[in-house]
Amino acid sequence: MGGSSFRRIGKLASISSKNQSCRGFSSTVETLKKTDQLTPTKSVNLFSAINQALHIALDSDPRSYVFGEDVGFGGVFRCTTGLADRFGKQRVFNTPLCEQGIVGFAIGLAAMDNRAIAEIQFADYIFPAFDQIVNEAAKFRYRSGNQFNCGGLTIRTPYGAVGHGGHYHSQSPESFFCHVPGIKVVIPRSPRQAKGLLLSSIRDPNPVVFFEPKLLYRMAVEEVPEDDYMLPLSEAEVLREGTDITLVGWGAQLSIMEQACAEAAKEGISCELIDLKTLIPWDKETVEASVKKTGRLLISHEAPVTGGFGAEISASIVERCFTRLEAPVARVCGLDTPFPLVFEPFYLPTKNKILDAIKSTVNY
Amino acid sequence: MALSTSRRINHILKPLSAAVSSTRRLSSDSTATITVETSLPFTGHNIDPPSRSIDTSPKELLTFFKDMTEMRRMEIAADSLYKAKLIRGFCHLYDGQEAVGVGMEAAITRKDCIITAYRDHCIFLGRGGTLLESFAELMGRKDGCSRGKGGSMHFYKKEGGFYGGHGIVGAQVPLGVGLAFAQKYSKEEYVTFAMYGDGAANQGQLFEALNMAALWDLPAILVCENNHYGMGTAEWRAAKSPAYYKRGDYVPGLKVDGMDVFAVKQACKFAKEHALKNGPIILEMDTYRYHGHSMSDPGSTYRTRDEISGVRQERDPIERVRKLILAHDIATEKELKEIEKETRKVVDEAIAKAKESPMPDPSELFTNVYVKGFGVEELGDQESHSRTILSFIRVAPGVKLTGLMMLSDQCI
Ligand SMILES: Cc1ncc(C[n+]2csc(CCOP(=O)(O)OP(=O)(O)O)c2C)c(N)n1
Ligand SMILES: [Mg+2]
Repeated sequence: MGGSSFRRIGKLASISSKNQSCRGFSSTVETLKKTDQLTPTKSVNLFSAINQALHIALDSDPRSYVFGEDVGFGGVFRCTTGLADRFGKQRVFNTPLCEQGIVGFAIGLAAMDNRAIAEIQFADYIFPAFDQIVNEAAKFRYRSGNQFNCGGLTIRTPYGAVGHGGHYHSQSPESFFCHVPGIKVVIPRSPRQAKGLLLSSIRDPNPVVFFEPKLLYRMAVEEVPEDDYMLPLSEAEVLREGTDITLVGWGAQLSIMEQACAEAAKEGISCELIDLKTLIPWDKETVEASVKKTGRLLISHEAPVTGGFGAEISASIVERCFTRLEAPVARVCGLDTPFPLVFEPFYLPTKNKILDAIKSTVNY
Repeated sequence: MALSTSRRINHILKPLSAAVSSTRRLSSDSTATITVETSLPFTGHNIDPPSRSIDTSPKELLTFFKDMTEMRRMEIAADSLYKAKLIRGFCHLYDGQEAVGVGMEAAITRKDCIITAYRDHCIFLGRGGTLLESFAELMGRKDGCSRGKGGSMHFYKKEGGFYGGHGIVGAQVPLGVGLAFAQKYSKEEYVTFAMYGDGAANQGQLFEALNMAALWDLPAILVCENNHYGMGTAEWRAAKSPAYYKRGDYVPGLKVDGMDVFAVKQACKFAKEHALKNGPIILEMDTYRYHGHSMSDPGSTYRTRDEISGVRQERDPIERVRKLILAHDIATEKELKEIEKETRKVVDEAIAKAKESPMPDPSELFTNVYVKGFGVEELGDQESHSRTILSFIRVAPGVKLTGLMMLSDQCI
């Protein structure tokens, strides 16, 4: 994917935030009402929105901490800029390069009623910490009969393709975590969403893995309320209403899906686009209601198709909407290969692949 | 290092040296013994360090000079290619650290194994890889050492005993211990050098690997390339004890001036002998990277320009060898300049060739995921979809698979 298509996504994100009537990549009407009272807003990109959320989290709760590799200097994506200066090195600090240690430490810190906000530099590097997340964080409350928990734990990590990241700076590992009862998985699509969802994640009494679409850090710009606000977890949002087919996605992929919906509209196909936002526990009702209306479902994500979260959505919706479905559920996802270096554009679920799938599903 | 450049330069130098061999000057390919002393003494942990004095020859000195010059030139060229967007992805350069790669290679054989992290271009060259394979891999081309599928962080060379090129910090060290076990089991007298950085030294799996290696007396040499920073983090910010050679506790260690190719060679020879007899040892190479961590890091926000220029002036590994060559009257300043000029030419030629190398065939996207025919369809779960992609790529008009930027989404 060349630079030009990147810019297009950025524009889309910012255009739709200005044009709130089409709702595109801004918040729902409901949350907009809530957040509109929280003037003033400022046009910021996604990493700045994250940065604002972290400022607010540290400011509003003296028992909150931010740490990770190089975060004391602002982090590789600048998300933690200025935090150490403002809140001190006792609360915002660098860790050594040791993901398993970082997350284990964070769980302990959270177990003492603190908010531990840990950064894993790239989602590709979360795997050394996988055991801590799956076996310690997720099951702490359950296995201690509710005596202990690490609900104050939030793990932030950038995920996804950026055009030329290669094998270890591009992966989307969300579905590994969606198989783990006891943690939540949240992925925002835009700056305004990122700030509100991150604050909710930090304050949610359950451990959360928060994946940030790194492609959008600088590219997506949106009016974001400067104040403290939260957006609800486990509530999906209909970004675009339609009657012929339901599209479900999350994070950066939504802007690609939005483009496909717009193209489909030109050919007379009316698409409904849903941002899932929280992958577990997910908002089945919103998706179900939409599919009952449209009779068709397409899911798109960057992670490989096999065992991706699209498979779970597909199975659940088939269970709930079997008699209403007019075509097989379509999945337009990453291919079943490692994330490639030179062939990234072939690997990715691009607009044209989605458009093809929309057409073949509608014409089934 | 059996590099084509080395041979070519030797060839060029021969007449020059022959012309002066009647004088008191030594011939450049003379193997006459010269004794040099390492810049600093070694410091041992639970072990008596080797001697500071090392035998070398005019030939070896010149080879070191050439090999390090070539490595540096390659990295500087990679920097330009990256800026010209001919190299994409993540790219980590080795200039400054050349003495570690070259000194280590001089002490061992290709039957010994080396495994390292993502800063791997020069280690690959040291193991007998070529400039063309390097540049082609960097640019994601078919003639690359990993057939264009790995990129900067994933260079490999099986025949050279080079197990690569690993992107996950610290992950290669336990792998190295596994290699060492296989070596020991086969009763061949070879060892594995598992390289990692000062940042990686804080990863838990390093200690797990160390314990296994010590428990089973494996011929594993852990080489900590301490360039004093893990990305923007200075060693002391990340490690309670930055004396990495001591961090094996029960495993002996040696601190080595990693900017002195002779110290590195001596230490690696010593370590190999030790490892074959007694099991693992840690070598901490005190070294320095001139470039930033990767191409997105200017490398000057967390360290001073004075610090960088100080190292360049006082400890540069190539300059050290240059001085030795001049002091022993092995070649003249002019002849060394000539070598540098020739190296530039050879590097430029390799780049030109690499640019001509085609992109890998699109079907390579699906190969090597599994072994073909072993129960899994070659094209994965979405076989029909993948086939469509492939046929589409092939027939799409105006699509030239010669550069990343041309793969615009209009063709997919
Ligand atoms: C598990 C993991 N965590 C984080 C990273 C990101 N990262 C890449 S290199 C690096 C610093 C490593 O420093 P060091 O080990 O000193 O090696 P150097 O780069 O100095 O050669 C970091 C944090 C990674 N690649 N893998
Ligand atoms: Mg380092």
